[in-house]
Amino acid sequence: MQGTVDSNSQSAGDAAIAHEEHQDLRVLGLLIFLCSEFLMFAGFFVLFLVYRAEAAAWPPEGTEVELLLPAINTVILVSSSFVIHYGDVAIKKGDVGGLRKWYLITAAMGAVFLCGQIYEYATLGYGLTTNLFSNCFYLMTGFHGLHVFIGLLLILGVLWRSRREGHYGAEKHTGVEMAEIYWHFVDIVWIVLFSLIYLLTLI
Amino acid sequence: MAQANLTDRGAGNFSVHHHPEKWKWYDYFTFNVDHKVIGIQYLVTSFAFYLIGGLMALAMRAELATPNSDLLDPNLYNAFLTNHGTIMIFLWIVPGAIGGFGNYLVPLMIGARDMAFPKLNALAFWVTIPAGALLLGSFFFGGAQAGWTSYPPLSLITANTAQSMWILAIVFAGTSSILGAVNFIITIWKMRVPSMDWDQLPLFCWAILATSILALFSTPVLAAGLVLLLFDINFGTSFFKPDAGGDVVMYQHLFWFYSHPAVYLMILPIFGIMSEVIPVHARKPIFGYKAIAYSSLTICLVGLFVWVHHMFTSGTPPWMRMFFTVSTLIVAVPTGVKIFSWVATLWGGKIRYTSAMLFAIGLLVMFVLGGLSGVTLGTAPVDIHVHDTYYVVAHFHYVLFGGSVFGIYAGFYHWFPKITGHYLNEGLGKLHFVLTFIGTNLTFLPMHQLGLQGMPRRVAMYDPQFQTINQICTFGAFLLGVSVLPFLINAIWSWSRGAKAGGNPWDAKTLEWTTDSPPAIENWEVLPVVTQGPYAYGEEHLTVE
Amino acid sequence: MKQIPAPLWTLTVGVVVTVISFWVGYNHGFLPEQASAQAPLVDDFFNIMMVIGTALFLVVEGAIVYCMIQFRRRKGDDSDGLPIEGNLPLEAFWTAIPAVIVIGLGIYSVQVFQEMGGFSPGGLEHDHGMMIAQAHTGAMGGVSEDTPDTPEARQQLAKAVYGFGASIDNEGRSADLEVNVSGMQYAWIFTYPDTGIVDGELHVPVDADVQLNISAQDVIHSFWVPQFRLKQDAIPGKDTELRFVATKPGTYPVVCAELCGGYHGAMRTQVIVHTPEDFQAWVDQRVAQAPMSVDAIAQNPADLSDSDYLAPYETALGVDARLVAQLSQASADDIINP
Ligand code: HEA
Ligand code: HEA
Ligand code: CUA
Ligand SMILES: [Cu+2]
Repeated sequence: MQGTVDSNSQSAGDAAIAHEEHQDLRVLGLLIFLCSEFLMFAGFFVLFLVYRAEAAAWPPEGTEVELLLPAINTVILVSSSFVIHYGDVAIKKGDVGGLRKWYLITAAMGAVFLCGQIYEYATLGYGLTTNLFSNCFYLMTGFHGLHVFIGLLLILGVLWRSRREGHYGAEKHTGVEMAEIYWHFVDIVWIVLFSLIYLLTLI
Repeated sequence: MAQANLTDRGAGNFSVHHHPEKWKWYDYFTFNVDHKVIGIQYLVTSFAFYLIGGLMALAMRAELATPNSDLLDPNLYNAFLTNHGTIMIFLWIVPGAIGGFGNYLVPLMIGARDMAFPKLNALAFWVTIPAGALLLGSFFFGGAQAGWTSYPPLSLITANTAQSMWILAIVFAGTSSILGAVNFIITIWKMRVPSMDWDQLPLFCWAILATSILALFSTPVLAAGLVLLLFDINFGTSFFKPDAGGDVVMYQHLFWFYSHPAVYLMILPIFGIMSEVIPVHARKPIFGYKAIAYSSLTICLVGLFVWVHHMFTSGTPPWMRMFFTVSTLIVAVPTGVKIFSWVATLWGGKIRYTSAMLFAIGLLVMFVLGGLSGVTLGTAPVDIHVHDTYYVVAHFHYVLFGGSVFGIYAGFYHWFPKITGHYLNEGLGKLHFVLTFIGTNLTFLPMHQLGLQGMPRRVAMYDPQFQTINQICTFGAFLLGVSVLPFLINAIWSWSRGAKAGGNPWDAKTLEWTTDSPPAIENWEVLPVVTQGPYAYGEEHLTVE
Repeated sequence: MKQIPAPLWTLTVGVVVTVISFWVGYNHGFLPEQASAQAPLVDDFFNIMMVIGTALFLVVEGAIVYCMIQFRRRKGDDSDGLPIEGNLPLEAFWTAIPAVIVIGLGIYSVQVFQEMGGFSPGGLEHDHGMMIAQAHTGAMGGVSEDTPDTPEARQQLAKAVYGFGASIDNEGRSADLEVNVSGMQYAWIFTYPDTGIVDGELHVPVDADVQLNISAQDVIHSFWVPQFRLKQDAIPGKDTELRFVATKPGTYPVVCAELCGGYHGAMRTQVIVHTPEDFQAWVDQRVAQAPMSVDAIAQNPADLSDSDYLAPYETALGVDARLVAQLSQASADDIINP
């Protein structure tokens, strides 16, 4: 036998540990899942770069991107990553009020970002099917927007749950942490995306 | 002895979760979170899909009995071949080997009570059901007809509805494997009993770990490609429409970046099964434990960088063809290490010819041939000639049928007593083996010659000169169809009536054999402690010394 | 067995395996006849892999069978085998041998590939390559034909052609004969730019350096002549090329090797390798016989159904009537099931 059987007392202890461990594993699981998600974006990024290299003019005339609004949007999204971190710091000190405050601000910033993006879509003057560039543009930003939206829902979920007394605390904040990690992920993806779609048009 | 311990000391005095004593039959049809239930759900559904995919293959072989397109409408033929390939890969081997055996065995082998995320696990299983439903349902819309590779522009202009359903099906199946992969990685990494070191981890778990890493990194890229294809078909984009500037070869890169690793997804878990089955029935420790474990990781790493070998005749620049020729050839080295290690495990053993062992040896015999033909395909100059011919079809059925399917059967025979508490009938098992072994070689060996001499794949009509060889293949295929019957009868009958098996019928050493057969709901009343390696056979020789 | 010393055994087995492997490698008869300059290169390579493969196969299978017999459990013996867990030198040995073999095969691949012309598709010196590629960038990016001929543009061009270019002996020279090959569901159209001949079959002179400029009109097809051991996809939106020297007069099948729809299996024609005199005769005859205008071919086939498109050529091109019938069937299917 590879194993013999443990004594009762010890394994009961194990079980307790196992339960404790479970909390941590969710964060780890999310991180690993995000590696996978990132590769999906990476697929789009590579496609974008290849098409850019193959095309004679990229973006083609008439489908140039707008720069100011997305730049503002970028600032908002990137700073929201710092804001959300304050919420995390707060809950680690057991400060649920602080958590709620910072998460609410983050949610608002996320919402502004999304509205900005919708506004951008509405004013660009070209649509999804206009040309290959606009195909890529809408697909990538739209797909990212979907992720922002999911991140927003997670944050709102945390806010909703935080209303319950003692749901989160200094020792109990996995959900908070997961929302934060996801939000950072969305942010990082945006930075790459912004560089590819917007900044690259400058050079 | 472990059994005795259990009843003596662990007198059922603790239970972490609330669950019934034993699952009822209908629990297997629900969103159950027990890893063993999920494992059985995977095994049974994937086997059902195997039969469906197999029936499609039989229809194709019947059509190919004559050179003319006379039995099936050519478009239906294409729909069958597309769905045959898709079902076999995405709904039989991947969910069967990884989902089925992985879920059932990994927690048992590492001394855990369940997977890290049981609900996610159940979800991963249940999303395969709509995947299957979409594929089968697509036949009402003509069926996807562009091959399991679905290259645009063909996939953009044929059977749009069915093609979209096909895409969604693959996205569901992909979601399932990503969720599964996250779960396996965390489980193996974090949930081992504290007393189990990495070098005491059974090789099956190593294999599942490598598989999961591979699935995690490659599947999302396929998803990306398929989303683009879906947009092209339904929302007017032109990612892969050449007349609007799209690049059709780009799709092939995205597709094969996943689908080459996918072939290792289908063989690494099987290699894991081999490493478990062979030592037990050869009564010897596995030869070269570390080499086998690390070669899985090597295959997984190198396997991410060989995909262009499917595209040697597509628009790929010369340097790419040469780079990928070399990287492809390199995969032969770690694979060879495994093969040789298994042979060395047999060497000096006391081989017991159980059905499980027969299938394992059958795999060894055939996989080598499939691998060697793979190496010839890996070299661009030869591949230029045989690409998209029956030579390729022969190659991949040798590795997939002679490899993956034989491995799954070996696993079935080996763990059936653990899963059900009953042995499978050995006589029927051997009949099953003989029929399958002969059938496989009859069906797929002649295909090498067909391809080399000039018969392309994916055709419903061919030159009359190839008829004789094709008829041998068709005969073999029907023999394979027949060979399933003894197994089905055996499995159904033995599930309740087979000879009773104790906790450790094969006298094996890994942890899953330290509990009852079938194991109780949380696997052990008290968790086992690892005191020796998983393959410590022949200890008596050491004590004699 | 005990009496015979082990080295002798090894030697005998080694010799037997070698003999069998070489015999199999050079007598398998699986490959069709060789009709191009590239074919012997590919076949030699394949045969060598066949020798190595057979040897590896025999050794591994032999070891398995030997184990199965020698190390079977004897009746009544329930003990275990010896606990041997590894052997470093042995493992190093069986890692090193395959590594050496595959490195060798890798180098050999590169060499054969180069001799076949795999490194020189769309050679820069080549006017025609330029033209094609220019049209190609035009299609891709919407640049007009009169794009300035900048170095970048040139580079882009060189990149844009895939396939097999001039074989080593012909490097730097332009081909003796160029044929434009166009794949469509489900036929090949061959156009001879020098003479304006349009045909449904490929006619080439023996021993001439022929360059096919391959393109596709609808979906991906793949131009394959098994006797030439050459295959190249015809890819919509990309230009590919195949350069070969046919070495043996005769008629060989041209097979479409890439799934291109329901009648993919019926998308076949022939390549007829003539003696130079015969070829000239064929050209003369076709030129005299009011050649198909190239304009007709330039018509956008997307505007026509395949059968409409092909119908006028039925007799002239020798496109066989059965195929055309199937084509109309296929396009009818397209209408039902677009
Ligand atoms: C289980 C699945 C599986 C596995 C394990 C493999 C394993 C390998 N495959 Fe295969 N392959 C497929 C499934 C698989 N393949 C499928 C499904 C396709 C077709 C897809 C499609 O187009 O539809 C395909 C197609 C395919 C192609 C493309 C052919 C074409 O379309 O033109 C190529 C080309 O390189 C290839 C190569 C290889 C190689 C080099 C290996 C290697 O990993 C094999 C390594 C093993 C050995 C070599 C044998 C054991 C080793 C030794 C005994 C050591 C000594 C050996 C040497 C020194 C050589 N495969
Ligand atoms: C694991 C994967 C797997 C497996 C197991 C198989 C199994 C079989 N395959 Fe294959 N096959 C593929 C994967 C697989 N295949 C792939 C990926 C392709 C490429 C597709 C593409 O080109 O896109 C392919 C393509 C393919 C072709 C090429 C088609 C073409 O290019 O035109 C052929 C032709 O002979 C074929 C034949 C078979 C046969 C005869 C079997 C046999 O082993 C099947 C044996 C039959 C059965 C097991 C059925 C038994 C059922 C019964 C007896 C009925 C009982 C029923 C009830 C009780 C309800 N397959
Ligand atoms: Cu054209 Cu197949
Ligand atoms: Cu591959």
